[in-house]
Amino acid sequence: MASIAEELADKQQEISVGEFFERNKHILGFDSLTKALVTTVKEGVDNSLDACEEASILPEIKIEIEELNEKEYRVAVEDNGPGIVKRKIPEVFGKLLYGSRFHEISQSRGQQGIGVSAVVMYGQLTTGRATTVRSMVKEKDYATEMKITLDTKKNEPEVQNEEVVLWEDKEHGTRFETTVKGLLRRGKHSVFEYLKNTAIVNPHARIVYKRNGNETVFKRATDQLPEETEAVLPHLKGIELGTLAKMAKNSDRRTLKSFLKHEFSRISYSKAEEICNKAGIEEKTNPSDLEVEDCKKVLNAAEEVKLMAPKTDCLAPIKSMLIKKGLKNVLKGDHPEYYAPPTTREPEVYSGNPFQVEIGLVYGGDLPKDSPVRVLRFANRVPLLYKKGGCATTTAIKNIDWRIYGLDQKGGKGMPSGPAVILVHVASTRVPFTSEAKEAIADIPAVIEEIERGLRDCARSLRTHLNKEKKRKKIKKKFTVVNDILPMIAKKSADVLGREPPELDASMTKIMGVVYVEKEYTWENGRCEVKIDIMNYTPKKRELNVFFEKPYPETEVLSVDPKPEHEDDHLEWKLEELRSSESSTIKLEFEGELEEEDLDGTDVYIEGVSETKLIGAETLPDDWEIELAEIEEVD
Amino acid sequence: MEERYEEALDKLENIAERFYEQLDNGEIPNMEVPTRSKSNIELDRREGVWKLGDSTTNRSAKKLKSARMLLRTLYMLELIQDMIGEDKSSTLREMYYISEGWEKAKFNKQSESDSLAEDMELVTGCLREDFKLRPEEDGARVIGDITVEEVNRKGDIREINCRDDVGDSGYTIPYNVESDKVNFTDTDNIDFMIAIETGGMFDRLVENGFDEEANALLVHLKGQPARATRRVIKRLSEEEGIPVVVFTDADPWSFRIFASVAYGAINTAYLSDFLATPTAEYVGITASDIMTYDLPTDDLSKNDRKALEQELEDPRFDTDFWKEEIETMLDIDKKAEQQALAKYGLDYVTETYLPEKLSEMGMM
Repeated sequence: MASIAEELADKQQEISVGEFFERNKHILGFDSLTKALVTTVKEGVDNSLDACEEASILPEIKIEIEELNEKEYRVAVEDNGPGIVKRKIPEVFGKLLYGSRFHEISQSRGQQGIGVSAVVMYGQLTTGRATTVRSMVKEKDYATEMKITLDTKKNEPEVQNEEVVLWEDKEHGTRFETTVKGLLRRGKHSVFEYLKNTAIVNPHARIVYKRNGNETVFKRATDQLPEETEAVLPHLKGIELGTLAKMAKNSDRRTLKSFLKHEFSRISYSKAEEICNKAGIEEKTNPSDLEVEDCKKVLNAAEEVKLMAPKTDCLAPIKSMLIKKGLKNVLKGDHPEYYAPPTTREPEVYSGNPFQVEIGLVYGGDLPKDSPVRVLRFANRVPLLYKKGGCATTTAIKNIDWRIYGLDQKGGKGMPSGPAVILVHVASTRVPFTSEAKEAIADIPAVIEEIERGLRDCARSLRTHLNKEKKRKKIKKKFTVVNDILPMIAKKSADVLGREPPELDASMTKIMGVVYVEKEYTWENGRCEVKIDIMNYTPKKRELNVFFEKPYPETEVLSVDPKPEHEDDHLEWKLEELRSSESSTIKLEFEGELEEEDLDGTDVYIEGVSETKLIGAETLPDDWEIELAEIEEVD
Repeated sequence: MEERYEEALDKLENIAERFYEQLDNGEIPNMEVPTRSKSNIELDRREGVWKLGDSTTNRSAKKLKSARMLLRTLYMLELIQDMIGEDKSSTLREMYYISEGWEKAKFNKQSESDSLAEDMELVTGCLREDFKLRPEEDGARVIGDITVEEVNRKGDIREINCRDDVGDSGYTIPYNVESDKVNFTDTDNIDFMIAIETGGMFDRLVENGFDEEANALLVHLKGQPARATRRVIKRLSEEEGIPVVVFTDADPWSFRIFASVAYGAINTAYLSDFLATPTAEYVGITASDIMTYDLPTDDLSKNDRKALEQELEDPRFDTDFWKEEIETMLDIDKKAEQQALAKYGLDYVTETYLPEKLSEMGMM
């Protein structure tokens, strides 16, 4: 990743920054007019989100795009971040590759872009106009505004028209306005799609998008800020030889031992000694004297030594609930029938870099049935819109036989199709991109494997859901039989014979053959009422135990009828004798603070009927009693 | 009320009674229906016709689809009861439209109601005519010197000579050709009957006066022949001892028309005793004829070839004659129409082709 910076530094003598830019347009994300517009917005938004998070501010980001002339747009991005102090503004916006992020190992969005200064330069090169930046920090009651261009020969900012302005209704924040050549398109690679996907994985942000007078607001779905991330040192195990050699060469440490201890994570002095011994290299050797062969020995030694796995608490996953909220927030228009519980895998390590995979899966509703599933790819909360084909996420998805999980897939290979959206988020201190353009994740086996595992987690949930749905549909059909068809058969046959219609209950229960449980929630007067109907549609008389788990242990039960046998985290009733074709109703009321989402996972459990003969409830899990016993022990 | 209707009513009531009893005993209503599929058809080698095997399908109210079928059965049963009571009849298509009012039991397409009517024939052993149901189309046309007696709408018996008392289009076979409706009185002047696939060829033979010239009865099959047409052929063959030959195009589908006349069809295999004429012979056009007579042809399509290959596996075509003909056709990869004979002039078929072929068969 450092290579752009290095190349730039090397070439600065010979060629201008402008030339460099022109040559590397594809890496910088300006290789097409459509993409240039997306990149312009993306650099701004990524910066804003990072800045807000660092300052623990709930982001409020405004994007404006206005067509000025043909293929010429005015783009503005404004945030409520901490603002930039006056003297730093020219450097952030007017110097390519400014800042330390190219060497830092932390999970940030910024590692994915060349920086907002590239936008300034692009605007300048394509339209000849300067970028106007306005920023205000909390400590000041006025904002600084300036026009910035780049001196492309020296890679230095040039500032004009610097002035002090009042920024009404604003406490702090940054806004830049630039003019670029571009093309505003709709579809998969649009600004809209980028912002929509950004909103999914950043449910804590409020994003307002104005283009040519139309306004879309992606509302904030949570007030919870992502956990803070920290910078970490690389881990010796799995680091590339070349990287190690470079680090050794550039190290200021005087001994190999000290180099290992201080420039890598999880290495103590004693471990460092052990590595030196195993490698057969004198621990006092100056690291800058290490040959490539020596580095290889160090790496081999590291493999033999037990090292603690890299720290992984430097990663901040989005986490299940927020992924679900984000997906719901943005996809609710498609009325999906099912949100698989999103998976956040445990952190893993590739080449010494911690990474963590998260998967979400949404199914059904108005999502298109016959097209390939939509894949939303993210790296460190930034949407990846391009190079889908060459991305580890795609490889992992294609590796799975989706047919067993209920999606269509030709021959069990390739992209599955069906009404589904799959979200893949890879968080890492160093996301393994395929190229410096940072558009796709490389096919690293450890990463693919983790993505696959996560996908299978969600896919299993989908299969369970579809099976339940199937069972439900089957029962619905049986209801039609017993409610509509059977009485008619009775009536017609009686008519033909001129007799009284026969009694139907016994035949009905034989057809149904299930205990049917229906659960209904209603909210009224600040109370949440739960009604559980238990119907015995089996030919036998049954003794049933009914269990209902409270959504939260502390949830207060306001009323319950009939009285339960037992009440703590769950309530338990005994239905002594539920005769064939009889039903029984249990009603309870909770405090009304509960929302539908809180009740999502709560289930009714029934004891006294086998799983195959039970619909709408679960049989008592095997570990139910064990769970209770553990709780009692703690008490 | 006529006996046949009374018997039909009895048998239908048995079905209703069965459902009633099953419900009364707390059982799930169900009925056993012989399976009408290719897998349950076997060739009766002794009689040489297709018959239904022993396997049955249980239609139980446990499943929505079959529950609906049971209810439909009762609705249909009630309709038949009403029609017999009121001395009305309906076509199969009319019944399909009547079922529009059957709410949960209505049919989605006519083929479904036709098929259920066939099931009811099967279960009761009655014919759909006994249920006052008739097909949409009449039977086909007949020309030749036989005399039939038909009971007309007014109940009068009319004698009709199928050569002298009819126009150029001949005598039209009614849908009911049982002895209560149609009988044959004078058939002595007929040596054999020739069943023809296409209308064009039928009219050619009529125009050329082939019936008089060869003492033949000409029967138009109209493609896949209707039940009444097949029944007339069967009755004339069995009751009057008239030999039957079948004259069709030379393609796999026409071979099947012959097979259904001679051995019966899968869908109506339970009626083969009643409809199939196993003594019928195939006069042409054969694949060898295409070569012998150097007839104009078309290429076989992919479907044609597939059909021929299926026929090689079909016990109805399991004879040396058919195996050779089918293989020849696959070899030359050509098919031909009856009317291709016109290549040699309009009279060629009656003056050369048929006399040659029929005398080979000993008919002329």
